[in-house]
Amino acid sequence: MQPFAKLLDQLACTQSRNRKIALLADYFTATPDPDRGWALAALSDGLPYSLPLRRILPELMAGTVDPELYRLSRDYVGDTAETVSLLWRDRRKGAASATGDNRSPPSISDVVMTFGTAPRDCVPRLLAETLDRLDISGRFALLKLLAGAPRVGVSARLAKTALAIAFEHEVGEIEEVWHAVDPPYRELFGWLTGKSAKPDPGSRPVFRPLMLAHPIEDEDWARLDPGELNAEWKWDGIRVQIAAIGGHMRLFSRTGDDISKSFPEIASAFTRRHCVVDGELLVVRNGDVAPFNDLQQRLNRKTVSARMLRDYPAHVRLYDLLFDAGEDLRGLPFEERRKRLAAWHENAAPPLTDLSATVRFSSFEELSAIWQGTRADGIEGLMLKRKSSPYLAGRPKGHWWKWKRAPLTLDCVLMYAQRGSGKRSSFYSDYTFGVWRDDGPATLSLEANYGSETDAHAAPGELVPVGKAYSGFTDEELRKLDRFVRTNTLQRFGPVRAVAPTLVLEVAFDAVQFSTRHKSGVAMRFPRIARIRWDKPAVEADTLTTIKALIRAPATL
Amino acid sequence: MRPHRASRWLYPRPEGLYCEPGGFFIDPVRPVDKSVITHGHADHARRGHGAVLATPETIAIMKIRYGEACAGAFQEAAYGEATAVGGVRIGLAPAGHILGSAQVVLDYDGSRVVISGDYKRSADPTCSPFEVVPCDVFVSEATFALPVFRHEPAGREASRLVESIRQQPARTHLLGVYGLGKCQRMIALIRAAGYDAPIHLHGALVALTEFYASQGFEFGALQPIATDARTNRRDFAGSLVMCPPAAIADRWSRRFEDPVTAFASGWMRVRGRALQRGVELPLIVSDHADWPELIATIEQTGAEEVWVTHGREDALVHQLSLMGIPARALTLVGFDDEGD
Repeated sequence: MQPFAKLLDQLACTQSRNRKIALLADYFTATPDPDRGWALAALSDGLPYSLPLRRILPELMAGTVDPELYRLSRDYVGDTAETVSLLWRDRRKGAASATGDNRSPPSISDVVMTFGTAPRDCVPRLLAETLDRLDISGRFALLKLLAGAPRVGVSARLAKTALAIAFEHEVGEIEEVWHAVDPPYRELFGWLTGKSAKPDPGSRPVFRPLMLAHPIEDEDWARLDPGELNAEWKWDGIRVQIAAIGGHMRLFSRTGDDISKSFPEIASAFTRRHCVVDGELLVVRNGDVAPFNDLQQRLNRKTVSARMLRDYPAHVRLYDLLFDAGEDLRGLPFEERRKRLAAWHENAAPPLTDLSATVRFSSFEELSAIWQGTRADGIEGLMLKRKSSPYLAGRPKGHWWKWKRAPLTLDCVLMYAQRGSGKRSSFYSDYTFGVWRDDGPATLSLEANYGSETDAHAAPGELVPVGKAYSGFTDEELRKLDRFVRTNTLQRFGPVRAVAPTLVLEVAFDAVQFSTRHKSGVAMRFPRIARIRWDKPAVEADTLTTIKALIRAPATL
Repeated sequence: MRPHRASRWLYPRPEGLYCEPGGFFIDPVRPVDKSVITHGHADHARRGHGAVLATPETIAIMKIRYGEACAGAFQEAAYGEATAVGGVRIGLAPAGHILGSAQVVLDYDGSRVVISGDYKRSADPTCSPFEVVPCDVFVSEATFALPVFRHEPAGREASRLVESIRQQPARTHLLGVYGLGKCQRMIALIRAAGYDAPIHLHGALVALTEFYASQGFEFGALQPIATDARTNRRDFAGSLVMCPPAAIADRWSRRFEDPVTAFASGWMRVRGRALQRGVELPLIVSDHADWPELIATIEQTGAEEVWVTHGREDALVHQLSLMGIPARALTLVGFDDEGD
């Protein structure tokens, strides 16, 4: 348990992604099986079980700590597992206590085995005994482990990347076998360390790394021939892969997470198929693609109510066919795969799916005109794929391109700035900006006060936040913005500063949506700072009416 | 609960804790005629009082921070020396918090009240250890008054820092410390842990560290960093730089490429506090009593009643009620219950 506890401690205090990967890689190479496998499970998909610690722990503590002191401590610390790890009386050898426990700390495998097989009514006693054998870090790691996901700023993808680096494999290869192996991943580590063969998925549906596109750059056009390219609409959902074999199916996100449980209707549409397809997961109502926000209602849900299924119906728009029955089509040219996809779809006809339409064009002039119209049509842009490209893992150069519609821009006023993290921790680098409210009576607020006090001109009313951005500027501009924030601070709230509403930021963004989470009632998608308008008076910034006029009806194509 | 009779002559006023027969305040937050100052930290020692009674070290620290004329008159009282003002006997006893820190011992009307100021019980090579003074009423600080606070042995934390410096020779270690007390204690601990390379100091730490050195403390080679000069980043690779906590993640620290940020404080016991500050190497070293020390100290004083000030008063008052010791929170404003 101690090496895993140390790893969690270090990961919690490390912000750099590369350093986190190095810590994980060191752990995976230095730790024997099956400990490292259980740790990997804890950091990725979770242990096969989790204990209801939220209920058990307060009962366990009631016997040792006064309830009022426990409550005050829990309120201060903000986390039950951490509070218990700090409050637990140290009974280890050497610790000052009469009942000193001389047994060595348990390994992570001991813990997983013990609690995995323990009868329910023994859990509190076992937990107390195990806590007795650990120090503060160990107790914290134990409780986080047993509660399910430790949440230490490590994604499953990062853990897999660290494995790839530790054992010199491609991360794609690991993703491909991931769903064919189970905790504590002996087979996986056996293969990674060269001691056994690559795990065989057999009749289990597994993830194949996706092929991704590059944003198209001006200089790319010269090297392209319209006749070599296939164009499709770019859909604003999430990229998914569906793998189905022998009565089993899995719906994978683009990073290989199994999201089947959140989309039971898609699962049943594919259960008795034998294929691997690539597509876009969307919410579609009566043939209309709903805004991304609607799809978001369906994501990360463990259980899906009948009402969710009815109000946010899922749909998959198919892009590609990777496997037809047992036949691997990835080596075929896109044009061929596309024909096979159409044939397969016509034959299999799975419900809740359709084919992503091909956009016909004969010249780049014509294509450009189509692209110009994407915003009016409510489409996110175009995808260009070389007709001859095989299906390649990752983001290979020179095969697929995304051509996003031109962004919208608005002039907003900087309202709050927050310190960044990591390399940017000394800079105010995250900016919240707003527009003037002109759609109703101004309410009395902090913002309204700033406006009337600091503007020489009559302020148009109240500023309401519409978005937050932390990119789009150069290092030199960041230094200037940081200086502006420091010299124009009105109020501090921890790492956040309210600034005098005098600086106009031209913000570029992809779209605006209605939002109940923001005071302004709108939310921007993908905002970034396009220009800093040092020259423009804040009173001339845009208004809420202008921004609301940019909200569009759903696409109907 | 009937308050202890000492509360008739010692009670809070807006300026601070007031001793009526003596006409003086203890650690007043605004300028007053007569004051007794427990120690040199800015929330306890302020400028502008008519008269200041304190240890010679505390008076020297006040003069360094605020100038020679920061009070109308100074009266030095060494530990163990007694003075009488208006029939009140005033004595100072070591509090173990920082150099010169004192508990104020007041005897009047047959009662003894000890005002702890800030204190700790664990060893500190840079100040005299806390002395238990039996009393009727003990006025205790409560900065770390929650049972989750148990500080680590300070020497072991310093060794962790030295070990980290050895393991990562390409990176600068940037250690955030309060300028008075924690800074000098950490230097002493780091030296004791076997680190003998020069330690670089932020300009704000220099004057008080020099004062400690003038009092006979050995710190080894110390090198001030010019505040305004654009220093070469590579100069500091592999070395230890100490600075005030706020400078760890501020413009000043940009001169260090990819530093390991460390912070020595009792608050580092709680993960959220370390994360909030973006600290990579949290060191749990405090100049305040932790929970077991607070309770042990109160028991040792034999006090009939305890008054609790600045910090988490509610938890300590509750704990004392469980122990059958009458206790109440003393409402004093203006103290920094976050500093450490």
